[in-house]
Amino acid sequence: MIAKKDLEHMGWLARLELSEEDKEKYTPRLNSVLDYFGELDEVDTEDVEPTYHILPMNNVFRDDEVNVPAKPLTQEEALSNAPKKQDGFFKAPRMM
Amino acid sequence: MYENPDGVMIGLEVHVQLNKLKTKVFCGCTTDYHNDPPNSHVCPVCLGLPGALPVINKRAVEAAIKVGLALNCKVEEHTQFYRKNYYYPDLPKGFQITQYDFPISSGGYITIEGEDGEHRVGITRAHMEEDPGRLVHEGTIDKSKYTLIDYNRSGMALLEVVSDPDMRSPKEARRYLDKLRNILEYLDVFDGNLEGALRVDANISIMGGQRAEIKNISSHKGAERALLYEIVRQKNVLRRGGVVVLETRHFDEAREITMSMRSKEEAHDYRYFPEPDLVPLKISGWAPAIKATLPDLPDAWRLLFVEQYGITDEQAKALTSDIRLAKFYQMVVQNRDIKFAQLAADWMSNVLKGELNYRSQTFKVFSEQEAPKCWACGEKMVPSDRYLFDWNGILINDLDTFKKLKEYLMNNYGAFWVNNAPIEKDDAGRTIKISVENYSISLILDDTKNKVIVKFYKGGTYSLSLKKVNDRLNICEDIFYCNNCGASRDKNTTFIIKVEKPSVPEAEISLIDMLKALDFFENNKISEDDVLKIMRTILQKQIPKEFDVEKVDKIVKEEGLKKVEGNIVEAAALEAINENPQAVADYKAGKEKALNSLVGAVMKKTKGGADARTAREVLLGKLG
Ligand SMILES: [Zn+2]
Ligand SMILES: [Zn+2]
Repeated sequence: MIAKKDLEHMGWLARLELSEEDKEKYTPRLNSVLDYFGELDEVDTEDVEPTYHILPMNNVFRDDEVNVPAKPLTQEEALSNAPKKQDGFFKAPRMM
Repeated sequence: MYENPDGVMIGLEVHVQLNKLKTKVFCGCTTDYHNDPPNSHVCPVCLGLPGALPVINKRAVEAAIKVGLALNCKVEEHTQFYRKNYYYPDLPKGFQITQYDFPISSGGYITIEGEDGEHRVGITRAHMEEDPGRLVHEGTIDKSKYTLIDYNRSGMALLEVVSDPDMRSPKEARRYLDKLRNILEYLDVFDGNLEGALRVDANISIMGGQRAEIKNISSHKGAERALLYEIVRQKNVLRRGGVVVLETRHFDEAREITMSMRSKEEAHDYRYFPEPDLVPLKISGWAPAIKATLPDLPDAWRLLFVEQYGITDEQAKALTSDIRLAKFYQMVVQNRDIKFAQLAADWMSNVLKGELNYRSQTFKVFSEQEAPKCWACGEKMVPSDRYLFDWNGILINDLDTFKKLKEYLMNNYGAFWVNNAPIEKDDAGRTIKISVENYSISLILDDTKNKVIVKFYKGGTYSLSLKKVNDRLNICEDIFYCNNCGASRDKNTTFIIKVEKPSVPEAEISLIDMLKALDFFENNKISEDDVLKIMRTILQKQIPKEFDVEKVDKIVKEEGLKKVEGNIVEAAALEAINENPQAVADYKAGKEKALNSLVGAVMKKTKGGADARTAREVLLGKLG
């Protein structure tokens, strides 16, 4: 069961600002999602290897070659969506 | 047995950049960004733009396995990546791609020189991950309003090497870091001279108490200082009757103190889950194959040096403490006898290394990752090559080609013994061998790699490049070339002395400089003090390249050192005459052989290095 304080914690981890109204609305909804997934617990997985990846593939590699497959962006392109920039850097509020 | 009076327990988490790779771990952006503007080597993958897909660099996996094996770890046959979720401006995706339950290697150890002799430090794990971007704080970290971010570093291949809490003093921690760095450099996966190459977080507790985690340590000396400070701080807390709390502290390198981060104390909640964009690695069979090609590590080189060159274990330890110094030493002595090897070991392990340490200088060897600046005009140089000779010319016994090959070996490696040595070839025409008595050089053609391997018997191995032009097999030497002014510099035989202070220019010492200085000394043309003076002059000032070929000659001339030659022998001869009146009397009475004992006395006084003929002449002059 997810309580309101779990939701607040998840909101904080995702940097989402949740209103009181949001919290009331989403707590039961998330619980019903969890209940639904809970049905999987009923399957007997005693002799099943854990699945780490759903694709039947492994070992996809890239050679150590510069600018393959793609060329880098220019500094201007890289910064083009930045809300704040300075001297070629992205600029963000201080984090501590 | 070390008693560890304060019950100190130190464990280190070291982030190592695999900076000898050409590209980052999940994209093709270059790792050669150190001298370039911020955010100029970034792409949708390393900027974390939506929809970009990472693909892993195969050589990064190989390098990680190499390190795991060298640290005596078990290498996992199946491994995979996870997302570690957290928000921080240096991590544009909101998660870091790292490893979790099956790190690529775990359960190894490093042997260090501990407080009580050889000491083993356990390696918990060494896992692969991506480097975050670089944050630049305006002002100090606790005061600045803004953070500036450069993502050039974002996506560099990192190994996080986590040790067991087995170190019992800051000194042991420093030795562990020195040894780790040294091993990584011998493996050729890492260049510790590059900024940000190695970063350390340290966990430390005393008297069985709670541990503090110290972040933001960027040097070996810094680690030692941060830990020393932290021991005093924790002892003071206990003395005042307090309790050391589990917390993260920040090391302020300038003030040499640690500060509590005082962050909101929330449990780490990284919500690891398998990275869906990267498929698992099934790499059974890789580790044994890589193990077979693993280069010799420092301890193996040390034993080899002792055995081959008859030097002391102490000298060998000092010479192998940095692979560049080890290679330089090998290069200096590979064409000389044991006596010279011992003389060189003394000077290089003791004086040269001491002078470098004293000035906080280190050796640096330029690679494709960081080409040097031009000595003449300051522009960045580029890797290039210089034609030496045609391999086929050797096969058809062309005398001019023989001469070119021999001149190259003499002028670049000081292999003067090749001058009159015969050149042999194998039937397939793929190996050329030049040898006399105790010396030999083999050149081996490897046309799959377009290289020629030059191998000195009991010495180093170097490579030349091979260029096929029509029916010629042109052998070329790798150099750095300046496109701007046409200047060049050798790649194999010049060692650059890097100074930690960026304001001081780099100096360079070449094989020929070192050989010349030691030769002058060995032949008693200069004194011990003068060798020191030559070394200091080379280390202190950058001498313009136009004088470079004769750098040591120039110093000798400018400083008036050569005059000393006559003086030393002269003084020794005078002393010998005064101290051996009987021999003098015998000689004057016509016993020619008495002169030999005087020559012997002069040789002894000049430490056996004096030229016997010169000594004889000087003595004859004095005896009139
Ligand atoms: Zn990139
Ligand atoms: Zn130039």
